[in-house]
Amino acid sequence: MSAATSVGPVVPAVPGARRRSRGRWNAPLVAGLILFGLIVLCALCAPLLTSYDPIKQDLTNAFLEPGSKGHLLGTDSLGRDVLARLLYGARVDLQVGVLAVISPFVIGSLIGLIAGWFGGWLDAIVGRVVDMVIAFPFLVLVIALVFAMGPGTTSIYTAITLVGWVAYCRIVRGQVLVAKEQEYAMAARASGLPTWRILIRHLLPNVLLQAVVFTMSDIVLTLLAIVTLGFLGLGVPPPTPDWGTMIQEGQQFILDKWYMSTIPGLAVVLTGLALALIADGIVEKANR
Amino acid sequence: MKYLVYILKRLVSLIPVLLGISFIVFFLIRLIPGDPAATLLGSHATPDAVRELRNQLGLNQPLWSQYLTFLGHLLTGDLGFSYVYDSPVGGLIGASLPVTIWLLVSGTVFTLLIAVPLAVLAAARRNGILDNIIRTVPIAGLGLPAFWLGIMLILVFGLKLKLFPVAGFGDTLGAHIHGIILPGITIALTLAPILIRSLRASMIDVLSSDYIVTAHAKGISTSRVVLGHALRNAAVSSVTVLGVNIAYLTGSTLVVERVFSLPGIGQQMINSILGRDFPTVQGITLIFAIMVVVVNLLTDVTHAALDPRVKLS
Repeated sequence: MSAATSVGPVVPAVPGARRRSRGRWNAPLVAGLILFGLIVLCALCAPLLTSYDPIKQDLTNAFLEPGSKGHLLGTDSLGRDVLARLLYGARVDLQVGVLAVISPFVIGSLIGLIAGWFGGWLDAIVGRVVDMVIAFPFLVLVIALVFAMGPGTTSIYTAITLVGWVAYCRIVRGQVLVAKEQEYAMAARASGLPTWRILIRHLLPNVLLQAVVFTMSDIVLTLLAIVTLGFLGLGVPPPTPDWGTMIQEGQQFILDKWYMSTIPGLAVVLTGLALALIADGIVEKANR
Repeated sequence: MKYLVYILKRLVSLIPVLLGISFIVFFLIRLIPGDPAATLLGSHATPDAVRELRNQLGLNQPLWSQYLTFLGHLLTGDLGFSYVYDSPVGGLIGASLPVTIWLLVSGTVFTLLIAVPLAVLAAARRNGILDNIIRTVPIAGLGLPAFWLGIMLILVFGLKLKLFPVAGFGDTLGAHIHGIILPGITIALTLAPILIRSLRASMIDVLSSDYIVTAHAKGISTSRVVLGHALRNAAVSSVTVLGVNIAYLTGSTLVVERVFSLPGIGQQMINSILGRDFPTVQGITLIFAIMVVVVNLLTDVTHAALDPRVKLS
């Protein structure tokens, strides 16, 4: 029994190969993890890195250039410290970005697991629903849903869950279709284990890798969606700092104060790069 | 003949998807917290006005009957009526849709202009310096917010270098083309990274196959082998990748239009959201989905034209 559970569908036949492929680090993964770690650290230590309040206005000190005394990255049109807003904005955007991926991941994977395993009419219905949702451009449906439910963090989470689960469902369902024909799955079935136990203990660990890899690129997509919502004025309500809102506020002063939009945009690009590198690294590690 | 049958089959298979789309769009209005009619009219509405709108929207009827009415209107081309613009939603969309299609075409053309040469170069000189650069740099593009990139391009090429208009679409064909270049490049720069990676991978795959080795052995020049023999086969799988991503990027036109003040349906959707014009938002959401369905159909048809094996299955 224990032999059946430990043998996954993609284990290479060469002895020792498994350990080598799982154990070795690669450049993109290390670079991505370090970069992302630094960004998270900056977000967590925001109160230590700046003494300014990100939402406190100081109109006498508005539009200070980066490098001004006391304001490393300058101040915005309302005299708020840009560095403070950037750091506290990282907290908001990263938190929403990561949390908003969890429920689509869990719900989508479970539905994909069940639909793929049982097949039949259940699978047909799930397939139809997935087809419906992916017919919409991700951003358009998220924006329409947030609009209908009203602005706020709860709406953002709900909208992203309602649209995002289909990707995980498709990935896991595809994996389950392959895995359920494998010997270990048939052995588990033949031994008369309860279905939920086969699914959770035997199948799930083997079909989840692809979904986990996708999580990384999904966080990038979700982060972009959140920042875009902020840019459009549908995101985290002001005055809470958010990178998208900062870019939008800077846009009207772009000719004279180019840095106001540029700096938060670079923060998004760096975060996206870090996550993309991690995703690349995981794929490389899994394929080797 | 087989090709026609294939297209017909694909068209028939679209019916349930289109029904599903209409279903989701219909349910958008159900998500409005509380009484949709009261929310739509705002807090100053009189109870009479709310009651009238409820009747107009058919909110008093059972759900299935509301949906059938909605579907019936859609089938006759009636997308609803915008109270904010005091005009049919279909007319609003008809006026702005061409701009969005211009933008999509421009984005696709620039994507191909950027991605195909780079991917071919990288694959032809695999593991060379150029390949390593072409492989790594696009990773940075994956997390690039399209709207921010647009603002940066406006800053550099519009405001500083004054090469392109900063906003708007102009009235003449020349102005249209001039105005659509920078937005198209914005879309291309976010889409090209994905295409470069997939096209490079399939080029490398194809370049190691037997028929390429034979072509080399026959003494055909490298450039002809790569461009004439390999590219066509590598393109087959990349067409699908491009199609899927154009569908995704149809969503980006929304923000790119906003940044460049292009009067397309994306810009119209944002304005309608800010004006709480629900029927228009609903109609545009529907049109966006139909655009994706059409792009997917075109992708499959192109794929089938490039790869004769598809039609047989």
